[in-house]
Amino acid sequence: MNAEVRQIRTVAEQGLLDSYLASKAKLPGAGDVMALREAAFKVFEQQGLPHRRIEEWKYTDLRAVMRDSKPLALPPDAKAKSRAKDAGQWLAAVGARRIVFVDGVFAPDLSDLSALEKGLTIGSLADALAKADPHVLKILGRASPAKDDPAVTLNTAFMGDGAVIRVADSAVIDKPLHLAFVTSGDKAVSIFARSLVMIGKGAKATLIESHEGPAGIEYQVNHALELSVGDEAQFDHIKIAHEGDKAIHVGTLIADIGAKARIGDFTFTTGGAVVRNQIFMRLGGQETNANISGASLLRARQHADNTLVIDHAVPHCTSRETFKSVVDDEARSVFQGKIIVRPDAQKTDGKMATHALLLSEGAEADAKPELEIFADDVVCGHGATAGALDEDLLFYLKARGIPPKEAEALLIQAFIGAAVETIANEALREALMSEAERWLAARG
Amino acid sequence: MPAVQETVDQVRRIDVDQYKYGFETIIESDKAPKGLNEDTVRFISEKKNEPAWMLEWRLEAFRRWLTMREPTWARVDYPKIDYQDYYYYSAPKKKPALNSLDEVDPEILRTYEKLGIPLREQEMLAGVVRPEGERRVAVDAVFDSVSVATTFQAELKKSGVIFMPISEALREHPDLVKKYIGSVVPVTDNFFATLNSAVFSDGSFVYVPPGVRCPMELSTYFRINEKDTGQFERTLIIADKGSYVSYLEGCTAPMRDEHQLHAAVVELVALEDAEIKYSTVQNWYPGDAEGKGGIFNFVTKRGDCREKNSKISWTQVETGSAITWKYPSCILRGDNSRGEFYSIAISNGRQQVDSGTKMIHLGKNTTSRIISKGIAAGKSQNTYRGLVSAHRKASNARNFTNCDSLLVGDKCGAHTVPYLEAKNSSAVFEHEATTSKISEDMLFYCRQRGLSAEEATALVVNGFVKDVLQQLPMEFAVEAQKLISISLEGSVG
Repeated sequence: MNAEVRQIRTVAEQGLLDSYLASKAKLPGAGDVMALREAAFKVFEQQGLPHRRIEEWKYTDLRAVMRDSKPLALPPDAKAKSRAKDAGQWLAAVGARRIVFVDGVFAPDLSDLSALEKGLTIGSLADALAKADPHVLKILGRASPAKDDPAVTLNTAFMGDGAVIRVADSAVIDKPLHLAFVTSGDKAVSIFARSLVMIGKGAKATLIESHEGPAGIEYQVNHALELSVGDEAQFDHIKIAHEGDKAIHVGTLIADIGAKARIGDFTFTTGGAVVRNQIFMRLGGQETNANISGASLLRARQHADNTLVIDHAVPHCTSRETFKSVVDDEARSVFQGKIIVRPDAQKTDGKMATHALLLSEGAEADAKPELEIFADDVVCGHGATAGALDEDLLFYLKARGIPPKEAEALLIQAFIGAAVETIANEALREALMSEAERWLAARG
Repeated sequence: MPAVQETVDQVRRIDVDQYKYGFETIIESDKAPKGLNEDTVRFISEKKNEPAWMLEWRLEAFRRWLTMREPTWARVDYPKIDYQDYYYYSAPKKKPALNSLDEVDPEILRTYEKLGIPLREQEMLAGVVRPEGERRVAVDAVFDSVSVATTFQAELKKSGVIFMPISEALREHPDLVKKYIGSVVPVTDNFFATLNSAVFSDGSFVYVPPGVRCPMELSTYFRINEKDTGQFERTLIIADKGSYVSYLEGCTAPMRDEHQLHAAVVELVALEDAEIKYSTVQNWYPGDAEGKGGIFNFVTKRGDCREKNSKISWTQVETGSAITWKYPSCILRGDNSRGEFYSIAISNGRQQVDSGTKMIHLGKNTTSRIISKGIAAGKSQNTYRGLVSAHRKASNARNFTNCDSLLVGDKCGAHTVPYLEAKNSSAVFEHEATTSKISEDMLFYCRQRGLSAEEATALVVNGFVKDVLQQLPMEFAVEAQKLISISLEGSVG
């Protein structure tokens, strides 16, 4: 039941309200941007933080999780930048062009902006908002699939900086782009970043988005990425939530995809106390193929939620969704997936699968794979499983002299590997698998 | 792939415009004044000659109901119900002290005859018209708010089985009723269950004593006849240690332009080693092709496998109602208990179905199985909504879920909303929409004998459900069977 009863404002809600009123004059942009912020803020003022009575947030009660709101992060000083200089470097082997955001603010001096490929432009959202860039204003916040989402609404009200990336029609960008978001400080702050990525017709690019920050600090990150992909384009997006162990991370991808495009999306979650990865994707052109996958490795009392809505708006599109999670200790994994097939979207082929591996007594996995189908000539399916490691497989390995821990590790790697395999970029695949190995090694 | 022609034809045959049970019975009836307030509750309780504690129970439910709000989470869309615009009690006017069936209004008897429900024991017992091997079924016929006849009571009594209208049970076995009523579906469970607790008028009560295998099928046949009435029946079935009972429920209503309200509560309690099989053929008037009229069906059905090794199985064929809101559930509390849910939901015209099940695993080594098939045609919306959860202590819980939907035509919608909550690492949940996953062995066996994958799958699933359906005593069982033979071709997860 989506109860409309307004409860008393929580400390976090009141904090956000105060914080907005105190800082709105300092947030980038005026005129139209301000109007957008104000409208979003009004909605937040009415609705408050999402809670478990809101169906989409049933398993991730943000109102309960956010005990308070942290002050907005200040622009990074030299010290912060020096602390952040290695952000995302653990992915150096991928050979990507690193674009660094320290506490949500674009840091050109830490970023690799040399010899940009033809057709590629990289800019800062704060600049674009301040300049009232008409191209940016035209698309900002207009994407429909996530209009009512409370996390995006909050992001729209508070958005500071972020990336604005354009890949021109037919441009082929071989070197992956890496947006490295890092929280630098030793103070608990909140960061609202917003990025826009526009991939032109027939273009080809890979975008890595990584989020990291210090351990032991209760910082809060809300990032939203608005993506538009033109007809016949090929685009891969890999998001890595590698936040500090006390962080709350809410990240949203809002994507509008053209015709005959090929989309690969992967969400990798290892860090953060509470992580919510949202994907709202609309397949708006025929014959597009989308492959959306993810893997989570969770321990201690981590909570990771992957929520996606794939909207098949036109006929002849194919989508595959595969999400795997490994849950240890007292951790909890949540998967909510929804495939919508609109009345005219005949010949849709959609398959969604989610698998959870529970490694300990206290682990929990919740899944809600949903289908909403209004067309009759479609092939759609979903599968969901939850369970422990297969005793037979373990026995087989142990019988061959492999120690129990190692045998478990092998099986877990294979489990995660099946999802990671869907990533097109080989170096990235390897980097994520070795991250999984590190996670397993730390399991001890 | 689109549905095959045969399927399309079969679904059309049960189209809303061909509702066969839409006639009306003209009889005089005794009604409570329209509307709902404490007096209505008192009126019903008084009519039923109920003990004082029952009236208190009802009033408490009613006061609670006033503070509750109608749930809106289901994928159904209907005009706001004015709860003051219904009759909450309507009974055929009867002569006092009804001793034999001959005294029941002949109009009512004719109604049941038309519906194909045998109310006359002697005819059945005579054996002349009965084909060899036909099973005997004891029937409790509920007409609007009251039970008009219950057959085979004497014979059942011999084996100790109590089968009677709940209003009668309240007078004759108050201790049993008091012990179990509301113990599965609490008074405050949900909006519709609470409303039912306040105003329920009749329904069936079954108690099967320890070690008894109920000698015949028990059945209740519900009919809503009167205009603007709501039917609120309450069924309570208790299977004591080591007993077995199979229970069938059927329902129809006349065709009317106004919506009628049906909010029932069914509670099942299975004690140690007991088994309850509960089957429903729900064929309420679905409204016409444009969505005019039809029954609003808001039902709370729940079974409690209270002690170890108990088993509850729900089977439902849902073809009627304008709105269906129904989630027969199993609480698997006892160790080694088992819950099953087999459902076929067919919607046509402008029907809206939001139905499914809940399997709550609490005990150790509990298993459950869900097989659900939804078929949407016309402009209908058909949603499966199900929850499977294993609690912290439910070690070795097992669930297998398979839900398929089939769309016939491009104006309808089929949706699946499954929830899986595993809080125990030894729990194994499988949720599959791919038909090939039913049983690889059986499929392999069939295919080896030359059947195609499609045929083999259909055979396996249908064989499963058919078993239960063939036992339905009602005329429309034939139709239900036709539906089951619908090919799986073109089905979606």
